[in-house]
Amino acid sequence: MKLMESCSARAFVVSSSDNVATLLQDVEAGVEIHLIGEVGAARHVVARESISASHKVALVRIPPGEPILKYGSRIGHATRQIAAGEWVHLHNCASDVDERSNTLDVRSGAPQDTRGAYE
Amino acid sequence: MGIRNLILVIYTVECAQFVAHEIGRGEQDVHVLGFPGCYDNAYAIRLMLAMGRHPNVGAVLAVGLGCEYTQPERIAEAIRASGRPADAFFIQDAGGTQKSIQRGKESIQSLKAQADKVARRAPMVAKDLVIGCECGGSDGTSGLAGNPVVGRYFDRLVEAGGTAVFEETVEQIGLRNILVERGANTQASAELAAAYDKAESYCRSVRQWSASPGNFAGGLTTIEEKSLGAFAKSGTQPIQGVIKVAQEPPHAGLWLMDSVPDPHFMQFGYTNPNDSEGIMDLISAGCHIVLFVTGRGSVIGSPVAPLIKITGNAETFRRMEDDMDFDASPVLTGEQSLEACADALHQRVVEVASGSPSKPEAMGHREYFIPYKHQSIPSLQAGCHA
Repeated sequence: MKLMESCSARAFVVSSSDNVATLLQDVEAGVEIHLIGEVGAARHVVARESISASHKVALVRIPPGEPILKYGSRIGHATRQIAAGEWVHLHNCASDVDERSNTLDVRSGAPQDTRGAYE
Repeated sequence: MGIRNLILVIYTVECAQFVAHEIGRGEQDVHVLGFPGCYDNAYAIRLMLAMGRHPNVGAVLAVGLGCEYTQPERIAEAIRASGRPADAFFIQDAGGTQKSIQRGKESIQSLKAQADKVARRAPMVAKDLVIGCECGGSDGTSGLAGNPVVGRYFDRLVEAGGTAVFEETVEQIGLRNILVERGANTQASAELAAAYDKAESYCRSVRQWSASPGNFAGGLTTIEEKSLGAFAKSGTQPIQGVIKVAQEPPHAGLWLMDSVPDPHFMQFGYTNPNDSEGIMDLISAGCHIVLFVTGRGSVIGSPVAPLIKITGNAETFRRMEDDMDFDASPVLTGEQSLEACADALHQRVVEVASGSPSKPEAMGHREYFIPYKHQSIPSLQAGCHA
């Protein structure tokens, strides 16, 4: 579902201390996302790139090494600088325990490290 | 007290699998499950016996090939000891495929007649219900809509004196402190801490964290994120303690099931191999119904206890409506309160408990999975006698 109307793009914030929100629709770059749920200081964030529904958008600038917060809890850490409005996923956020997930394809989640088994 | 009156066919080795399914084919209220291994496994035997003695099961037929370690006649004896009619035979003795199917079909007719003779309709209320919950094919909506709605429903079920069971300790990574705080008493908190530590160290040792490609494609980035969302299904009630597979909750309330292998000379491989395995574990605890929360969509069902499919993803509900029982997405858009959505879920549970088939049940989905595994027995006995 592509929404051209910027006013109807929404993302859900679980806890007011979170630095990411979950998109309820697919958005394109430049679209203003209206934040709902336990909204903190920011009420809106502008998407810097296209992001799929159910994926996360950064609400503030997150420096490398800093925690990614959702549900008011640490879900991992930034592996590089993340700007507000950027898609937060495997390419810029890593688990504190799971080392394999960052080797997966960023869009499909398909494994890359077992390709040899199919040959 | 159960919500169905089924005949269960249990096979004791992969070699008997085809015949067991042919016996059940075309028969009303006959479900089939079994264990593939020729070498026996105490965990798998306990699980199959728990299925045979489940409140939704009225009688059991055990079918073996004849060579394997697991003994069909011993299964039948254990089932008879629970007051249910049971029968058992070996395919080699019956004379092969066709004669065994014939023998099995005659047996289930006789078992049905015996089970129907003792079955009585009785009123059931919320406090008589044991409901399980599992999630699979999770996406970014599961922790925001599907699981929270189940959590609110579980809160109500427990307030009404019922029993709720959730599992997937391998999807509680990073939540040790939250778990311990939710313990109903010191003993429960100690059990929760031990179950957490075992799960985390198991995941570390096998280098498998319970997140799949579909989870990542659906917007979940880390196991910690998935865990926080998965834990939402537990609601807010105190957790009474930890039970293991094939163990019934000792009393009403909210319970955590630990299905992670215990240390053993055989390392039995990955934990949480697929969704059907976890659903079987919940049913083995006596769950009358299992709620299955899926964001991406799933088409599995379960033998013995109906599966109710819930999604918090409006697009998944629209795309796979034939398979989905319940749409929790209005909670996310603000069209419906969590309270109202939990009310509607309660209604659906009551309908299914009253005999109306869930969608996977109506379509004949009866997926199951019983792996080799080891769980220590002392804890099982302690739990049963607590």
